[in-house]
Amino acid sequence: MARAVTQKRKLIATLAAWTIGMAIFFPILWTIITSFKTEAEAIADPPSLFWFDWTLENYNVVNERSNYPLHFMNSVIISLGSTLLGLIIAVPAAWSMAFVPGKRTKDVLMWMLSTKMLPPVGVLIPIYLISRDLGVLDSRLALVVILTLINLPIIVWMLYTYFKEIPGEILEAARMDGATLKSEILYVLTPMAVPGIASTVLLNIILAWNEAFWTLNLTAAKSAPLTAFIASYSSPEGLFYAKLSAASTMAIAPILIMGWFSQKQLVRGLTFGAVK
Amino acid sequence: MSTQHSRTAARFMIAPATVLLLGWMLIPLCMTLYYSFRRYRLLTPDRTGWVGFRNYENFLTNPAFMDALTNTLALVLGVLIITVVLGVLLAILLDQPMFGQGIVRILVIAPFFVMPTVSALVWKNMFMNPVNGLFAYAAKAVGLQPYDFLSQAPLLSIIGIVSWQWLPFATLILLTAIQSLDSEQMEAAEMDGASPLSRFWFITLPHLSRAITVVILIQTIFLLSIFAEILVTTNGGPGTASTNLTYLVYAESLLNYDVGEGSAGGVIAIILANIVAIFLMRMIGKNLDA
Repeated sequence: MARAVTQKRKLIATLAAWTIGMAIFFPILWTIITSFKTEAEAIADPPSLFWFDWTLENYNVVNERSNYPLHFMNSVIISLGSTLLGLIIAVPAAWSMAFVPGKRTKDVLMWMLSTKMLPPVGVLIPIYLISRDLGVLDSRLALVVILTLINLPIIVWMLYTYFKEIPGEILEAARMDGATLKSEILYVLTPMAVPGIASTVLLNIILAWNEAFWTLNLTAAKSAPLTAFIASYSSPEGLFYAKLSAASTMAIAPILIMGWFSQKQLVRGLTFGAVK
Repeated sequence: MSTQHSRTAARFMIAPATVLLLGWMLIPLCMTLYYSFRRYRLLTPDRTGWVGFRNYENFLTNPAFMDALTNTLALVLGVLIITVVLGVLLAILLDQPMFGQGIVRILVIAPFFVMPTVSALVWKNMFMNPVNGLFAYAAKAVGLQPYDFLSQAPLLSIIGIVSWQWLPFATLILLTAIQSLDSEQMEAAEMDGASPLSRFWFITLPHLSRAITVVILIQTIFLLSIFAEILVTTNGGPGTASTNLTYLVYAESLLNYDVGEGSAGGVIAIILANIVAIFLMRMIGKNLDA
């Protein structure tokens, strides 16, 4: 028997939830709105929510003046690159752990997880010095490699939990029918694994895009992604609220949209399967 | 049922991930340990040598260390309390039948996707700025003095910003857990005349205990390493008022160029994080068996 829900109760819940939801979302909304103001309007007293002359001026200024496209491309390359590289390494590992589990599989999984618990600042100095000595400080390559390694445990774990849900009998049936290992992976496993892989990719792009410890410490002008570029606004000159807002809006928009699509998988990925 | 052939293949496929992670963990870790017992300053790189535990002594007796330790604890505990308490309430609210549930969920989850530097800068400038921030306008509008959040209460302000970022995470996970609650149990309790408060206390909360533990442990791991928010808002200041352990190690090694002492701090940070990690691993490990 479904619980009878009075209309009044539903209305109250709606009102409360929308109010709180809007309050939580407001800083983002305010940033987006401010990005369409002129600098003078952005600090006008009293501030206006909608009734001002909307302008795209800031987006032009940001795009032209500050190498914004370069930093945007850095973000794209670093997050896509590290996700792809991670996937190439993690898919075989997760596949074998899910379908050919050995005595030590659980230990290996737990150990991989434990590497994620290492606080980054504990290894900041060696990584900094190694990058300096290899001449890859402020290079995209270094960040791709580091972010791959940082997120590798999450990629392996997420794929593992998804692969585990694929019934092993299907693989055995394929094997009985004489499928080789290669065709087994290519034609049987892959089609069933695509949804899980897709959510893993999505979550990892988000994590890599927003990563702000290594990107801030290991980059300067050349390879800085958006996280580091935006940080340069912390010691600004003159009026900059509208430009900051425009730069921020462009930095968070792609990830916000991807994030909304991946919110269900997020829980599984971020809790390592402890909450589903 | 696996053959010898597929076992060999499996080991072969698992090797790259294992070897890479092993290297990623061991090499820097050993280097940090090594440097932590060495004299190594980037400004005078020629003067080196073993110094025993002197780096640890210097780091631990540095007055900034105690501040950083208390700040780290305050930051972690403050954010945990705010996000868990509000997260439980918000999750229960979002679980109620309502109009536009999907959209509200999207609004609530949004801050989690905002990169740390953006959220810190937006809060710092457009909200907390004592001259042009929205909070200052609001204060002036009701006749109050604007409050300079980041210099008067830097740590509390950062706790606020970080809580805004992590509340969505807590809410999302707790909401997922609430939705798996058996509704018949709830109905039975309701029919037996249990008040909403006691239903919450005796059914919902125990059901959520596991999810709450997971939220606490995972957030702790991330909150111990808060860095970008501090870097762009206060630079750890004024003084050391908002310096946490991560920021102190960064400042020692890359701003004061003392690699040895910074490494000692790094080792201490690792030890602290490991204490939390052990509990988290145990919880997740139990789940693997189930």
